[in-house]
Amino acid sequence: MAIAREAEPVGSLQEVKEAGLDREDLLGVYRNMLITRGIEERGHILYKQGKIPGSFYTGRGNEAAAVGVATAMDDQDVGTPLHRDMGVHISRGVEPWRIFAQYMGRADGPTHGRDGNVHMADSRLGLLAMVSHLPAMLPVAVGCALAFRIREEKRVAVGWFGEGASARGDCHEAMNLAGVRKLPVVFVCDNNQWAYSTPTYLEYATEHVADRAEAYGFEGVVVDGTDVLAVYRESRRAIEKARGGDGPTLIECLTLRMEGHAVHDDAFYVPKDMFERWASSDPIERFRTWLREHAELGDAEEDEITSGVKKLLNEALTRAEESPLPDPSSLAEGVFATPEDLDTPHHK
Amino acid sequence: MAEKTYLQAISDGLRQEMRRDKRVFVIGEDVGVYGGAFKVTLGFQEEFGPWRVIDAPLSETAIVGGCTGAAIMGLRPVAEMQFSDFISCGWDQLVTVAAKQRWRAGTPVPMTVRLPSGGGFSGGPFHSQNPESSFAHIPGLKIVCPATPEDAKGLLVTAIEDPNPVLYFEHKHLYRRIKAEVPDDRYTTPFGQARIHREGDDVSVITWGAMVWTAAEAAQQLEDDGISVEIVDLRTLVPWDKKAVLESVSKTSKVLVLHEDTHTGGFGGEIAATIAEEVFEDLDAPVKRLTAPDTPVPFSPPLEKAFIPQVDDVASALRELAEY
Ligand SMILES: Cc1ncc(C[n+]2csc(CCOP(=O)(O)OP(=O)(O)O)c2C)c(N)n1
Ligand SMILES: [Mg+2]
Repeated sequence: MAIAREAEPVGSLQEVKEAGLDREDLLGVYRNMLITRGIEERGHILYKQGKIPGSFYTGRGNEAAAVGVATAMDDQDVGTPLHRDMGVHISRGVEPWRIFAQYMGRADGPTHGRDGNVHMADSRLGLLAMVSHLPAMLPVAVGCALAFRIREEKRVAVGWFGEGASARGDCHEAMNLAGVRKLPVVFVCDNNQWAYSTPTYLEYATEHVADRAEAYGFEGVVVDGTDVLAVYRESRRAIEKARGGDGPTLIECLTLRMEGHAVHDDAFYVPKDMFERWASSDPIERFRTWLREHAELGDAEEDEITSGVKKLLNEALTRAEESPLPDPSSLAEGVFATPEDLDTPHHK
Repeated sequence: MAEKTYLQAISDGLRQEMRRDKRVFVIGEDVGVYGGAFKVTLGFQEEFGPWRVIDAPLSETAIVGGCTGAAIMGLRPVAEMQFSDFISCGWDQLVTVAAKQRWRAGTPVPMTVRLPSGGGFSGGPFHSQNPESSFAHIPGLKIVCPATPEDAKGLLVTAIEDPNPVLYFEHKHLYRRIKAEVPDDRYTTPFGQARIHREGDDVSVITWGAMVWTAAEAAQQLEDDGISVEIVDLRTLVPWDKKAVLESVSKTSKVLVLHEDTHTGGFGGEIAATIAEEVFEDLDAPVKRLTAPDTPVPFSPPLEKAFIPQVDDVASALRELAEY
């Protein structure tokens, strides 16, 4: 039996305005979703061209969830997005060419070729780079929230995790500490229904992951992760609640991982009709339709956005390809931080 | 200056830093009202309040991971493991997240983890270990192992100031046993500078932590037989003072590498290898290692005595070297 609240979809433009987004914002959200998908589609091409070393992961199907949550964050908030959350980096303002450079292991990627894939973040934009081990960034997000609480700052940390990784102890310890201390943190579960090849019923026994929130003393919400406005509204609510001192929320964004786990995986184990059903709820198409119906998005304006994104990404690709490969002689630099490294916005 | 135990020196150093720097906070199990399992933070919560002396749930992952996040946000966390053995439960946060974050993502993690370590009082397999070498193997972590009250304070201050994750191993068997003069004012003891605990000419002992004192007693015994022993206290393992070690070895030409940790993969192996690589020509005897055997730490006193290198073990190892 479900315990978590199941969020309603968002209806009218009026409702969206009340949630804090004007028309300009909505078009920005749409644009960010297009950029997100565009980057990952181009990533596939780069991979096929042999330009991406190692493996390659995307978040196809998760664009609304990622962009929706990130749009609800304030500038001073921080987050620990994962491998399905490119939309968070885009919404926070990471330049796409840097992401392509990261994919290709170039010197100008956020990790300068030291780490690959979405294992990156620009800390100046309030994002912390994920590690492979899942969901190891949840305790770190809770630590950020602890810092805000100690300093009595009105800031919020957002920690992402997959439904599969919710089985690990890090998830429990992070949520329990956050619940006990009522820390200003929002937990976002990207529930794409698969953990590599493992279905949800082999990962957890409750109906929803968000049902667990009750056990930690805070609210759990399940939201349709293909509905960017519903995700935004629930995230905004949770973030403002945390900011106001009322503790954490667990938001579970329900989606389907629309590709294999990574580029090498054809997802043969996902039933075909499951893909078909979820394809009819594509987050970008869905939002586009909504914008046309409720926000007077017309052909001309849509073309302008689409071609703007295309231009941005083409230029980004060119710039990234011009970025040099990292210099092997730099390998041993920066294993240890120096006092000058503390000269960051967070340490001022 | 006042005479302080090793434990008081840690406590004073920490309190002084918390008074001086509002960014410093303490988190751990039972560190608040109770003052910590060993009472290092006794009275801290009254002085600094519940949000700077934080009683955590039994959650090493959340403690270490939480400190990582708080450190990245600009605070200076000092985590207490109730016993160093429990760091295994926070391993991933330390090794996977904190240690690599600067190199990989450019975000420094200035945090200190205090680890009450070592045996000698029947703590058994889970309350007596010396896990420093496991972490010395991880690029990005600094490792501190003070032996004296003065160093306990100075190295803790340096650890808190350092912009990296620092593991501060405080040996439980030194807590109340070792007393010495400790300066009242704030001071820092630099990392990577060994201390000559005792000067000598015939044999060098390279060691750290509680074994410094075991070696000192053995050296005293040998002095009566006319054998002069030099004791090099490394103070920190990462970084470690290669120069001081090699100089001492070149001077005496014979060396015993001594540690309480188990043998295989212990940090002594690294020291022995470095000596062999760099000053082989100066040696008049093979490098000798004396360590705990490759077993878990036993509980019952005669077993534990057989496990931890004792004064007599050190003395006979030194004699063998001297006679070589
Ligand atoms: C601790 C850990 N074990 C195994 C893996 C390998 N692995 C990478 S992603 C993944 C599945 C994760 O599933 P989920 O948490 O649902 O996230 P998703 O990839 O579906 O977004 C696995 C097993 C890992 N990254 N971390
Ligand atoms: Mg999943």
